[in-house]
Amino acid sequence: MKELNIFVAAFRALQRNKLRSFLTMLGIIIGVGAVITMLAIGQGAEYSVKEQIASLGTNVLIISPGSQQQGAIRVGAGSMTTLTQDDAQAIPIECPAVAYVSPDTRANGQVIAENLNWATGIEGVGVDYLQIREWEIEYGDLFTDQDVKASAKVCVLGTTVADNLFPDSNPVGQTIRITNVPFKVTGVLAKKGQNAMGQDQDDIILAPFTTVLYRLSRFPYLRAIIVSATSPNNIELAQKQITELLRMRHKIAGVNNDDFTIRNQSDLATAATATSQILTILLASIASVSLLVGGIGIMNIMLVSVTERTREIGIRMSVGARGRDILTQFLIEALVLSLLGGIIGILFGVGGSKIISSFAGWPTFITAFSIVLSFGFSIVIGIFFGFYPARKAAMLNPIDALRYE
Amino acid sequence: MNSILSPESCGINSDLEKLSGVEKNSSGQNNANDSLIKIDHLVKTYKMGDVEVHALRGVSFNVSRGEFVAIMGASGSGKSTFMNILGCLDKPTKGTYLLDNINVGNLSRDELALIRNKKLGFVFQGFNLLSRTTALENVELPLFYNSTSTKLRKEKSIEALKKVGLAERIYHYPNQLSGGQQQRVAIARALVNDPSIVLADEPTGNLDSRTSIEVMEIFQKLNEQGITIILVTHEPDIALFTKRHIVFRDGKIKSDKSNSEPKNATEELKTIPSVDDEVEE
Ligand SMILES: Nc1ncnc2c1ncn2[C@@H]1O[C@H](COP(=O)(O)OP(=O)(O)OP(=O)(O)O)[C@@H](O)[C@H]1O
Ligand SMILES: [Mg+2]
Repeated sequence: MKELNIFVAAFRALQRNKLRSFLTMLGIIIGVGAVITMLAIGQGAEYSVKEQIASLGTNVLIISPGSQQQGAIRVGAGSMTTLTQDDAQAIPIECPAVAYVSPDTRANGQVIAENLNWATGIEGVGVDYLQIREWEIEYGDLFTDQDVKASAKVCVLGTTVADNLFPDSNPVGQTIRITNVPFKVTGVLAKKGQNAMGQDQDDIILAPFTTVLYRLSRFPYLRAIIVSATSPNNIELAQKQITELLRMRHKIAGVNNDDFTIRNQSDLATAATATSQILTILLASIASVSLLVGGIGIMNIMLVSVTERTREIGIRMSVGARGRDILTQFLIEALVLSLLGGIIGILFGVGGSKIISSFAGWPTFITAFSIVLSFGFSIVIGIFFGFYPARKAAMLNPIDALRYE
Repeated sequence: MNSILSPESCGINSDLEKLSGVEKNSSGQNNANDSLIKIDHLVKTYKMGDVEVHALRGVSFNVSRGEFVAIMGASGSGKSTFMNILGCLDKPTKGTYLLDNINVGNLSRDELALIRNKKLGFVFQGFNLLSRTTALENVELPLFYNSTSTKLRKEKSIEALKKVGLAERIYHYPNQLSGGQQQRVAIARALVNDPSIVLADEPTGNLDSRTSIEVMEIFQKLNEQGITIILVTHEPDIALFTKRHIVFRDGKIKSDKSNSEPKNATEELKTIPSVDDEVEE
């Protein structure tokens, strides 16, 4: 009952100074709003990185020529010739933990269809490539094993390429020219969107790797072999089996002499997630500074308020308020300010994140954690910064407080 | 002391009883006389740097239940200092103050707050009302600090405001009230918790003579109901309405006389035409 009375008294005191209460809260509102928005942006980035990496397939291994252990002598990608088509053929036979294998090579070139043209990358792959990437054909078909063996001039288009070359017609069955070599379009890929680095994954043409190697590339060696393990749990096993196989095939003795490198997606994912987590922490700590400043604002106003209301404190004491009643009243005032500020700040933060999502197109992701965190933070700030002024008020002597001019 | 006196654990009244009980037992002065207030050699010295101001230089006096005392004396003679100590707002430098056989000097801040809340009602010369707070809320203030329910709080406050004749003004703010009305709100606030003593430091100091007598009328009625009243005044005319006159000089009591035939404020008011009447005539 009595506690409620003190709460009512605190609330009335704030009401009497509406503008000032609001301005004090503004510090907390901005602080909490900024923390929530920044966390939402950071976590949105983190979330989409994770999502995109997962969409690459978590059980994918990429074998590239050359060794990571070459130290200072960095060798340009694609300049190594250690991976062969025979390696690619041997892997599924010798490694039981491997599900699919696709050689990978790449060429760039100008693509012409009738009167339209488009510059894009041509990925030379095997027929299992789509399984590995968990990618679908939207319409038409992928080229066949037969096409690969015969290095047939066939290809499938990513949606971006298809939209640019054939804005109004169905590309399937049409012929395009890639650096003057005619290719028949057999199908169009499903849309995949941007990857974690923001690149458009649909701006691509897939063709048999043999065709790319022999007809388009000036460098007829495999750029990589892409492999998927039978399950995400078998990644390590597959990696081990491939390493053993390739060492044997390449007649490598020492562990540090590998002429190939195997990377898996989870390494990539971990690195990318760590980066975006650092971003989140950075953004949130910048925002917390404004929360801190808001807290100092509360303390400032409460101190002014204690001085200004010294007589009021004296009157309250003269009719029987104890030190702790005064303490509670001022503490509650500080708490109400910071809590109310916190709640409004949360609303602003959520709204702000939505606005940023829809206008800037950044992914934002508001977690219950960030709301609980900033709410808890504003309570702590209210108590922490309200305590000193409240105690100062409570320690006053009744007669000194009454005499205060 | 604190554990005995925690209003959370039990009712305030029982706390006060305990408080006086403890004092009676420990001091062994249960046989002491009936005095409500016993003051012995009270000294108050203000230190201002090197200068010492002797505001009270050994004041001793007793007040029994039901008395109506006027304290007079020249400016600076220590009246307000004395009243503030009586009201448990300030502490003496030396000397003892027994209130209801409780030695006030031994009490903690919280216990003093409890005494101010339950036993004493203080009326200040400058009214000391909370601004931007209605008359009703001002009167309710003492009840905020004990476990009075919202309903009872309002009832008691309205009743106190009725006693001082302000029933129609309960939702007015202090700046919407005249000086006399504000002082009546302050008196209502002093009354609302049914104190045994009302202390008033120059309650009529800011009021015209008719309004002053109206305030004295209220005090006389309260005194008839058994409330002990001690007030400070500069005006001998006002002192005439009280039953005992004490005069301070230089921090000491110079004279202490009883007034066997105090004037009746109600009768007095009938003889003075109100200002309004004069204007009409
Ligand atoms: N807080 C204080 N600090 C220092 N000296 C004080 C203080 N309060 C009062 N005094 C001094 O104590 C003396 C008594 O003051 P007090 O206010 O009790 O007088 P008073 O009798 O009430 O006078 P008045 O009739 O003018 O109100 C004065 O000399 C005054 O200057
Ligand atoms: Mg005085």
